[in-house]
Amino acid sequence: MSVMGVSYRSYRVWQRNRDVVFKLWIAELAPPILGPIMVITALGLGLGGFVELGGDQDYIEFLTPGLLALFPMLWAMFDCGWGAYGRMNMQGIYDAVVATPLNVEDVIAGEIFWGATRGTFQAVHILIAALMFTPAYGLIDSPLAVLVIPFSLLYGVLFGAMAMSYTSIAPSMSSYNFLWAFVINPMFWFGGAFYPTDRLPDWAQVLAQFIPLTHVVEINRGLIEGEMHWSHLGNLAVVAALTVALFALALWSMRRRLVK
Amino acid sequence: MSEIIRARSLLKRFGDLIAVDGIDFSVGEGECFGLLGPNGAGKTSTFKMITCVSPPTAGELLVGGMDVMTEGRRIKATLGVVPQEENLDPDLSVLQNLAVYARYFDIPASEARRRAEEVLDLFQLLDRRNEIVDNLSGGMKRRLIFARALINQPKIMVLDEPTTGLDPQARHLVWRKLRLLREQGITMLLTTHYMEEAAHLCNRLVVMHVGRILAEGSPDELIRQYVGDQVLELRLTDGQRQEAVALLQRHDGVRLEEVEDSIYAFGPAQQWQPILDMLTPFGKAVRLREATLEDVFLQLTGRGLSE
Repeated sequence: MSVMGVSYRSYRVWQRNRDVVFKLWIAELAPPILGPIMVITALGLGLGGFVELGGDQDYIEFLTPGLLALFPMLWAMFDCGWGAYGRMNMQGIYDAVVATPLNVEDVIAGEIFWGATRGTFQAVHILIAALMFTPAYGLIDSPLAVLVIPFSLLYGVLFGAMAMSYTSIAPSMSSYNFLWAFVINPMFWFGGAFYPTDRLPDWAQVLAQFIPLTHVVEINRGLIEGEMHWSHLGNLAVVAALTVALFALALWSMRRRLVK
Repeated sequence: MSEIIRARSLLKRFGDLIAVDGIDFSVGEGECFGLLGPNGAGKTSTFKMITCVSPPTAGELLVGGMDVMTEGRRIKATLGVVPQEENLDPDLSVLQNLAVYARYFDIPASEARRRAEEVLDLFQLLDRRNEIVDNLSGGMKRRLIFARALINQPKIMVLDEPTTGLDPQARHLVWRKLRLLREQGITMLLTTHYMEEAAHLCNRLVVMHVGRILAEGSPDELIRQYVGDQVLELRLTDGQRQEAVALLQRHDGVRLEEVEDSIYAFGPAQQWQPILDMLTPFGKAVRLREATLEDVFLQLTGRGLSE
């Protein structure tokens, strides 16, 4: 049984990546624990003291749902971008795996699911860090916040597939500067993670709606603050549709690259 | 002997380039079959079609009676693939590499562990089982790739330039192990441009050149058919060379090939003694030696570089 050429065997690639990370666990586990604590402290407490949002919300509270979208996105994209390129072109892992009963679609799907898992792993750590700050600063307002974790798997697939689609055409490791400059950086700064997008000029607000991260941040904000609206269904529809489309694109384009 | 690989009018095209130009061959169960040819002959393209990672453009290719176009997963489950380039997991240990690879074949962990010890023992890597692959020497990595290819107990081993870059000790170890595996009934298909390797391992082979098969047979048959038992080789200065060529041309049935400073003379064996007597003035520059597969190869594919 397979969907879009992807079988249960894609899980074998996920397991392979997990085993490598466990092998290198100190290097792989320390950053996701330390990162969010530093960012919440530096931006939430340090910078946040200078920020007046106009309501009774502190900046540190505003920031948390954004971080929960932003850093999982980065991890999924690093893994399916730079990481995948290394495994494909430098280590020859894909060649080794497609010589076994796995096909190209299994490999790519397994890689994207793994990228999403790393994103979710990061989301769990941010949530833990946010809970540590919650008694003093009230970052988490609702038990709905826990739904950010399963949701992060979905947008992890979205951003993983986005980076993998770039990997399918990347001519070299240094070419990932384009992915960084034209895709990741705009999402990072204009996706509504650090400030409300309605503060932007009108034209930039329109552009922000075309940034997938904006919709992820909106949903996370609703879940963390415990205030869901019908409009979140629209955000979810956009995220789900993009996830399916980019996943299919990554599979198709990778087959084009790998099967000659 | 039943047929385990069958190619009919097999064609592979990359844009305008025809890499494999409608070849036919078949490999019997338990055979060691060689694909020989210089770079660009189409060996690796053929290899990739057999291992189901590159679909044929046209023609038919059956492996174990299954069509590579539709039964890729099932075919690959029966193959032990030794690629040309090292592609082990550098961050994992020797045993972990085998465990991860075994999992791709859905082999249970305990069974994988048992087989891993067995194949590591075969390739003399058991005492390195916990070493990280990055720390192994090139020869050890190569041996680990052979061990890895056996983890699914393949019916067919498919080897692409299997001993390129190995030192003579490691190469002979690999040859011994491959002969042992062949005796156990594993079919082998290998590509190589080491003629010595083909002569050591293959009981039948084809010589490929620019996508076509030029000759087919056992190493001995090919040598007898294209070269004869012995080859006379002369390495001379310009003036002497003309003189020698003139002498040799008087003998019917002696075929000459001149390449820069060398002359190669081919012909039936019994003629050589009188010719050697006649060539005594040239002294040590004249050498009569056993014909090898390399002579066949160079005759068929030419002495110039093809790329």
